Amino acid sequence: MKIGIKEVVAMGIGTALFVVLTNVQIPVFVVPNTAIQPRMAILAFLAAVFGPIVGAVVGFAGHALGDAFFYGSVWWSWVVPEAVVGIAIGFFAKKFAVKEGGFASGKNLIIFNVVQVVANAVAWIVVAPVLDILIYAEPSDKVFSQGAIAFILNIIAIGILGSLLLVAYSRIAGSSSGLKAEE
Amino acid sequence: MDGRIDPIIDFENVSFKYRAQQEPTLKDINLKIYPGEKILIAGQSGSGKSTLAHCLNALIPCSFTGDMSGTLRVDGQEPSKLGVFGMSKIVGTVLQDTDGQFIALTVAEDIAFALENENTPQKDMYEKVDSVASKLELTDLLGNAPGELSGGQKQRVSLGGVLACNVKVLLFDEPLANLDPATGKRTIVLIDELLKKEDLTVIIIEHRLEDVLHKDVDRVVLMDGGRIIADKTPDELLCSNLLIENGIREPLYIAALKAAGAKITPDTKPQHIETMNVEPYKETVQKWYHHMPVHRGVNTGETLLSVEGLNFSYDGKKQILSDVSFNIKRGEMVALVGKNGAGKSTLASLICGFNKPDKGVIRLEGNDISSLSIKERGERIGYVMQSPNQMISKPMIMEEVGLGLAVRGVPHSEVEYRAKEILKICGLYPFRNWPVSALSFGQKKRVSIASILIMNPDILILDEPTAGQDYMHYTEIMEFLVNIRKTLPVTIVMITHDMHLMLEYTDRTLVLTDGKLLMDAAPSEVLTDQEVCDRAYLKRTSLYDLALKCGIDDPSEFAARFIDHDRKNRVAKIDE
Amino acid sequence: MSKLISYEHKNTPIHKLSGFTKLVFFLIWCTASALTFDTRILLCMLVIGFVIYKVSDTKWKQVSAVFTAVMIFMTINLLAIFFFAPYQGCKIYGSRTEIAHLFGNVYLTQEQLFYEFNVFIKYFTVIPAVFIFLVTTDPSELAASLNGVGVPYSIAYSLEIALRYIPDVQDEFRKIKNAQEARGIEMSSKGRLMERMKNTVSIIFPLLFSSMERIDVVSNAMELRGFGKKKKRSWYSRRPLKAADFAVLAFIVVFFIGSMIITYHDGNRFFNPFV
Repeated sequence: MKIGIKEVVAMGIGTALFVVLTNVQIPVFVVPNTAIQPRMAILAFLAAVFGPIVGAVVGFAGHALGDAFFYGSVWWSWVVPEAVVGIAIGFFAKKFAVKEGGFASGKNLIIFNVVQVVANAVAWIVVAPVLDILIYAEPSDKVFSQGAIAFILNIIAIGILGSLLLVAYSRIAGSSSGLKAEE
Repeated sequence: MDGRIDPIIDFENVSFKYRAQQEPTLKDINLKIYPGEKILIAGQSGSGKSTLAHCLNALIPCSFTGDMSGTLRVDGQEPSKLGVFGMSKIVGTVLQDTDGQFIALTVAEDIAFALENENTPQKDMYEKVDSVASKLELTDLLGNAPGELSGGQKQRVSLGGVLACNVKVLLFDEPLANLDPATGKRTIVLIDELLKKEDLTVIIIEHRLEDVLHKDVDRVVLMDGGRIIADKTPDELLCSNLLIENGIREPLYIAALKAAGAKITPDTKPQHIETMNVEPYKETVQKWYHHMPVHRGVNTGETLLSVEGLNFSYDGKKQILSDVSFNIKRGEMVALVGKNGAGKSTLASLICGFNKPDKGVIRLEGNDISSLSIKERGERIGYVMQSPNQMISKPMIMEEVGLGLAVRGVPHSEVEYRAKEILKICGLYPFRNWPVSALSFGQKKRVSIASILIMNPDILILDEPTAGQDYMHYTEIMEFLVNIRKTLPVTIVMITHDMHLMLEYTDRTLVLTDGKLLMDAAPSEVLTDQEVCDRAYLKRTSLYDLALKCGIDDPSEFAARFIDHDRKNRVAKIDE
Repeated sequence: MSKLISYEHKNTPIHKLSGFTKLVFFLIWCTASALTFDTRILLCMLVIGFVIYKVSDTKWKQVSAVFTAVMIFMTINLLAIFFFAPYQGCKIYGSRTEIAHLFGNVYLTQEQLFYEFNVFIKYFTVIPAVFIFLVTTDPSELAASLNGVGVPYSIAYSLEIALRYIPDVQDEFRKIKNAQEARGIEMSSKGRLMERMKNTVSIIFPLLFSSMERIDVVSNAMELRGFGKKKKRSWYSRRPLKAADFAVLAFIVVFFIGSMIITYHDGNRFFNPFV
């Protein structure tokens, strides 16, 4: 797969967006110290528009830089799964055709959400906990519980925020014909 | 031009049609430009001038696809065969958006960007960057990040980036759009100096004719509807009525001369007011001036907003605003001007409550508003951002316009009723069920204004409402605002760089410089005061020079009378 | 972004090293820290980290805010480990030495304390490395360095673009948030969850839309300036390697091999004081 200039810029500006939104969070009161992260929706959006490489880089670099800038450390075990989500959604970019108005209909919305749930499951219930165990020898109960919470929050973030962004963008960017001025 | 020299740019019967469009955007273009020339390409939006420029750097047909016919040669080569990369070594393009063109982290790296792409050895890059930087007076800024530069400095970096490649043609795409007037003037002087020292050909695409003509231009190519409709020297063109007929603003002194009934001829050298011979027109202008009614200021109501002794600093060190006080009367239309970084946006953000002042009081109808939240202030003081795209968050027009009420819990039926009312006032009612994407930029701008007006604010603060717009769209937006003010009881404050806007449309001008209020007066007074203009990076209006040259002792009154006359004419034209 | 850690120009030996050296050091260091669980190695890394921190002349106030945030996170994390698996340490070290009875059938053990201490210092071997890398590496050098370690230059350059536009995007986000708040669209913690989500979309959408426009403008500008046409790209701000760089690179490679041998020579990555 060749990387064009537009993809390079999308990786760069996408990463900037992801980093800037790192500390924008929507707290959920049911579980303390957990929040829905709008930046996940941005990642899903960019992957759906620009494909897997952009998804991978924005997820990986965005998470690593965001961690580094805001928390002074990098949790590699949570950086890698972020890239997994970006890659998985990115594989369907051609099919989604967001810029051509592909989300104006419901079919792609369903595919997108199926993909994101599967991708998040692999990322947060498999990849992240396994890395946590490998690197930190953390107890499996703990990391799988953590992974499950992250999974739920991220499918909500992408499922609601991501879908809303994609539908809105598709409707704005897509062509509009047959409009008539009304009296 | 000497016929024996080969043109560096040669369009022969060139036409171009974008793939997605029905009609060709360029129709049968024939144009020869010779080495060392400085050409201004003027035309309103959609005239084809940007498409013409894109042919030169090969973005057309390489990036924007379509059907091209005829032949184009640049420096003996065909751009469509060389491609964008190949052409970048011959034609250097300086884009309008200086932030978009400044890609690297520091000045030095950005100048070196194209060299890096050429895989140039580091040592050669150092030498080249140093020599380009010294030419453009950027040597002391080489290590600076873009955030630390002014708009004018960023533009010089963009210029440095293309000069580093030893290009033969410099192509400027609306270089003045984002600059304050004084900085724009400096840019024009800099281009002129470069052209004299280096072996270059310069093409400037711009609709702000008067500002470009500050320095000599060899020819002006006027475009409309995809065709070249005039290719003349500035002196000849200014004597005709072609500019105004094709949606380009004439220099103000020319417009004033014509309004006075003078018949301008090329031999009086009308290109620059400073060197123009006005002797033949002196009497006519004087007669007209004494004949015109005396300018009368607008009567306005009671004080609506008062600002007293405002002080503000972001970091406790650098004072952004110091002791700023002024009043705004109900129903006024006020311009807030000053160079970039003078504190205009900060002042607006204090009024809207985005930041809290360190000292001072802001009163609305006599009441201190310091305890009101951003949201509460938003119901009384509306704020419209520069680009409508920064505000529009719903795909459908009705939803977008009603959003401010909907989030405040107003019942759905009332939101819809009020949205329809406001859409009628804003001339958008016929499009109420359209997606925002189907609208033009000007219409989107109106949607963003309508979405604020629906909350019935007392004051509307607009940030650069006409930035980057050509004369026609500028007039569309401004007349829209004039109309709004007639229909609704709303007071309008505009942050602007546009001297024409403040002269033609506002009742009063607040001039900010280095955080202080320098002047609070009628625009015609501000723009005829050389000292204030210099300090605030404004540009004195050419009406001032014209008045003095014609022996009129009150240039400010002359400017005011001309603007009154012009406004009346424009309203009459629109009513037709 | 006053809160964030950022590069500060100074003249210490660490600042003078090439970005490439620091990046290689950083990556090998992180790998070593991830692979080992040997207390001796971790302590040794902790000491080296502290020395580098001192040499780099990093001021406490540059990093204090972030440091506090990490400490809070660490505390929660360590408590969570205990809560989920109070005998994880016993499982790892194969013995159980009780110190005190806490509640129910939960006992505090030496093994658990030692294990959590190891997790704690393991984090603290990475933290100063990140701090120091960010504070001492000129961002301009980052892309060149990544390219130097084998990342394709287009991807390396995308990081330069990210660093370039973070302040601009941050600024635009602030402006949009303010303007939308004035319209009544708040991201506050009040209101129902779905309401808050919708408001968030109303604020993020314009930011995203204008970022998409920015992508178009910047990619046009880059194309016009010849980006991406050649196989290789040179870097204005790449710093050539000097003697000190080679010394540091040699050290980190030797250190890595050494620590791996010490860690794994007995076929187990844990250092066990309980045998």
